[in-house]
Amino acid sequence: MSTALPPNPDPVLNKVITPELVEQHGLLPEEYQTIIRILGREPNLTELGIFSVMWSEHCSYKNSRVLLKLFPNDKAEENPEVGRVLVKAGEENAGVIDIGGGWAVAFKIESHNHPSFVEPFEGAATGVGGIIRDIFTMGARPVLLTNSLRFGELESAEVRHLVRGVVSGIAHYGNCIGIPNIGGDINFDPCYEGNPLVNAQCLGILRHDQIKRGAASGTGNPVYYVGAPTGRDGLGGASFASRELTEESQADRPAVQKGDPFMEKLLLEACLEMMEIPDLVVGIQDMGAAGLTCSTCETASRGETGIEIDLDLVPQRETGMNSYEIMLSESQERMLVIVKKGREQEIEEVFEKWDLHAVQVGQVMDGDRMVVRHRGVVVADMPARSLTDEAPLYHREAVQPAYMKTTWNWQPDALADLDSEGVKSTLPKLLDHPTLGGKQWVWRQYDHMVMAGTVVAPGSDAGVVCVHVGDEKKYLAMANDGNGRYCCLDPYRGGVGAMAECVRNLACSGARALAMTDNLNFGNPNKPEVFYTFRESVRGLADACNAYDIPVTGGNVSLYNENQAGAIDPTPVVSVVGLIEESGHVTRQFCRDPGEKLVLIGGLPDELGASQYLKIIHGLKVGRAPKVDLEVEKTQNAFLLTEIRAGRVVAAHDLSEGGLLVALVEMLLDTGGLGMDIKVDPEPGRRLDATLFGESQGRILVSVEPVHEEAFLTAAEAGGVIAGTIGVVTDDGRFNLGLGSDNVAVHWTVEDLRETWEKSIEKRMERPGLVQT
Amino acid sequence: MSVGVIQFPGSNCDQDALHAFTRGMDVEARMIWHKDDHLGDLDVVVIPGGFSYGDYLRCGAIARFSPIMRAVSEFAERGGVVLGICNGFQILCEASLLPGALIWNNCLEYRCVTPTLAVQDSTPVFNPESIGSRIQLPIGHGEGNFRIDGEGLASLEANRQVLLRYCDAEGRLTPDANPNGSIENIAGIRNKRGNVFGMMPHPDRAFEPYHPSMDGLKILRAILDTASTTTTAVS
Repeated sequence: MSTALPPNPDPVLNKVITPELVEQHGLLPEEYQTIIRILGREPNLTELGIFSVMWSEHCSYKNSRVLLKLFPNDKAEENPEVGRVLVKAGEENAGVIDIGGGWAVAFKIESHNHPSFVEPFEGAATGVGGIIRDIFTMGARPVLLTNSLRFGELESAEVRHLVRGVVSGIAHYGNCIGIPNIGGDINFDPCYEGNPLVNAQCLGILRHDQIKRGAASGTGNPVYYVGAPTGRDGLGGASFASRELTEESQADRPAVQKGDPFMEKLLLEACLEMMEIPDLVVGIQDMGAAGLTCSTCETASRGETGIEIDLDLVPQRETGMNSYEIMLSESQERMLVIVKKGREQEIEEVFEKWDLHAVQVGQVMDGDRMVVRHRGVVVADMPARSLTDEAPLYHREAVQPAYMKTTWNWQPDALADLDSEGVKSTLPKLLDHPTLGGKQWVWRQYDHMVMAGTVVAPGSDAGVVCVHVGDEKKYLAMANDGNGRYCCLDPYRGGVGAMAECVRNLACSGARALAMTDNLNFGNPNKPEVFYTFRESVRGLADACNAYDIPVTGGNVSLYNENQAGAIDPTPVVSVVGLIEESGHVTRQFCRDPGEKLVLIGGLPDELGASQYLKIIHGLKVGRAPKVDLEVEKTQNAFLLTEIRAGRVVAAHDLSEGGLLVALVEMLLDTGGLGMDIKVDPEPGRRLDATLFGESQGRILVSVEPVHEEAFLTAAEAGGVIAGTIGVVTDDGRFNLGLGSDNVAVHWTVEDLRETWEKSIEKRMERPGLVQT
Repeated sequence: MSVGVIQFPGSNCDQDALHAFTRGMDVEARMIWHKDDHLGDLDVVVIPGGFSYGDYLRCGAIARFSPIMRAVSEFAERGGVVLGICNGFQILCEASLLPGALIWNNCLEYRCVTPTLAVQDSTPVFNPESIGSRIQLPIGHGEGNFRIDGEGLASLEANRQVLLRYCDAEGRLTPDANPNGSIENIAGIRNKRGNVFGMMPHPDRAFEPYHPSMDGLKILRAILDTASTTTTAVS
């Protein structure tokens, strides 16, 4: 046995480690035994805290690593023109993808679900701050943000409070830093009441030679702490210890971190400026989850070196902090930087220019130990790699939930099909639901135009930005998707469907999909039914990624998303980046001129299961998620991209939640005054509700100029793509639907539909007391 | 012509403003760090949008104490042309180079939209004839609600100091067309002398074919024309 460390200078840390303490740190008895084996002695309290955060799901992926291995981490295609993975999933803070011409993108999505529930404004804001740091740590200039949000229904005052806080928190942080938020997706369902999902994605751009690594190398190289000082905030993950360990009351101390986007803007500019100095930076790592602990042990582990830090040198904004608190603090806007020895002045000058701390707190050492000193005493000493590489790994039990069999056998026969009157009244009800209604209330609070590169603003199938790289321009498209209802009713199909919809959205925008980052939001993995949905969703995502040859560059796993009513619907969210070759290929979902022909690709829908129609109109969560034929999807997407590049497509829109009629109306809501004459003639025996409001996958609506209609349809037929004209754009502001062979007519006024759609969220979020003067 | 864009800590539209001149107007432009105490040889100074000093205390309230602001004030006193966009407008008001103040939008939320603006007949180069009677420029701000006392407003109107007003598609100055509650729908003003301009809308987000409009170029042209006019006194 190794000898025990000397007593900690703070007496409250010199406690005997009891089984209760181990449990309160979220560690299992066998995990504790592993720690003893690694150290050759009992850990002290600081060390126990360090192991507990590094071996948490958030840092170690101990329950999910087995599944994440299913994802392709590089392209199967050899020597692809673009899309090669330069930094793979799990290697660094974010994955990096080649976009050609010596340029690359770094991008990643991350959740801040629980903090956003506890304190929606700061929780969401720091979620954005964290993901932005992950991107510029890689050496990339962040150029866009998206996010995926899931809330309960807006009829609840509690939910409205969360929505208002989360949206303003995201807006506050992103707007202040000045990175355009170009969209994402938002969905409202009772399963998220009490457990909202806040997943934030950031993408940055960099040259291949600017990629920075989070590795500590070169014995004697100084380790710098830069950015904001450390406080006691964000000790929530170890809240017990922090309560027990300090004598003063913690009651008013936030478990959620407090964000300072101004500080992060300075940190961003200073870091990018520092990284431009040739060969100065050896390694750099964000202090995100698990703060100083994670950044020191991960850099040493990656560099296969030892590291030594002295906590007395760490800038602190509170007095009397002990080693446990400093090591576990999750204060925001901090980074660890390792620079070349002898060049300390260069880093210090950059940070002084930006009025930020840059303090040497330690150095890279020979060997493999991570040694932490405080007030002259060694307070932690362990092999750095033990924290990262020897984290436990679990194969959880999976059992298919019993409800699935019942719901899969559900038949719509018990429901009366719609007649024309029913169709007329149903469409506005769907457009009125916040999941399907307009999201302007959200997007107008996000600065989506800063950086002056936004080409397609939020509200179309994908957001698009133009970035100037060298002398050329690149058009990057980004879409987020994920349907919890589908994954609840069929997690495998839901997983495949999330990818299929996202890639389809990109194709509709004129973009070739390059790579994916995912946020896997599930309940407690120790419940076999939950783990089954987790496993099947991941299997679906992985199969789709392999079929499309789209690598996964990393992301985030968020488990234990449960509330009093049980777990959330399994909700994997994917965010896929795509590339558009030229500005002329950028495509929106909006019809432009009367006379344009509307062509439906993929045939009329015929599945009703898991639809928003069943949810909103009938209050049913039944049936099976729509099936996805990945080969058909690939053929259709390739065809659509060819037609877009040939200049034959005015607008393209993916048919998704809400079905055919909702998608058609959405195509009209940009240019005022337009209408549509649509003719739908389902095959005999097909249900009208499934045709008009079903959510069968692999459907795309395309608006083409009449002069191109024939060529478009001919090319479709030649390419084996099912396509047919279903209507024409008019100038009378009416949405006219002719049904069946006898052409039963249903009419709406587009302005009425627009009013319903536009006000869907706004009217529910009105502040009754606000008098605008 | 030579344009300087002031960079404060927290400026985030500095690059956009620079590019609006270099890419949009093919005019030479460079960055000026806020800790500098001189401007060098310049025709136009731009104070860009963003969140200088995090907008802590009050928007623009700290930035006005940056060393470079003394040089900007002297430049303006000599008749040099200054344009403040968004946070730049707020800084100019805080620095008393422009009258009035900008407070929280009356909706109490940040607004990023592209309103229509009625161009006012303000100077020989800034008027509906040279720019167009109605233009569209993006806004992105939480605190763009322009306020001024009655006397100040009367003076603004009497001296034709209002540059832009929020309006509807037909040019009417309605409350619905006003995104932030500004008094008399005011979106931008100039000083009495006619060499210091401030506006919440972003001409620096309206100069590329993919922007919501390219009307920003008309505004920037008017600013450059003001600088090239030998006599800038227009009141």
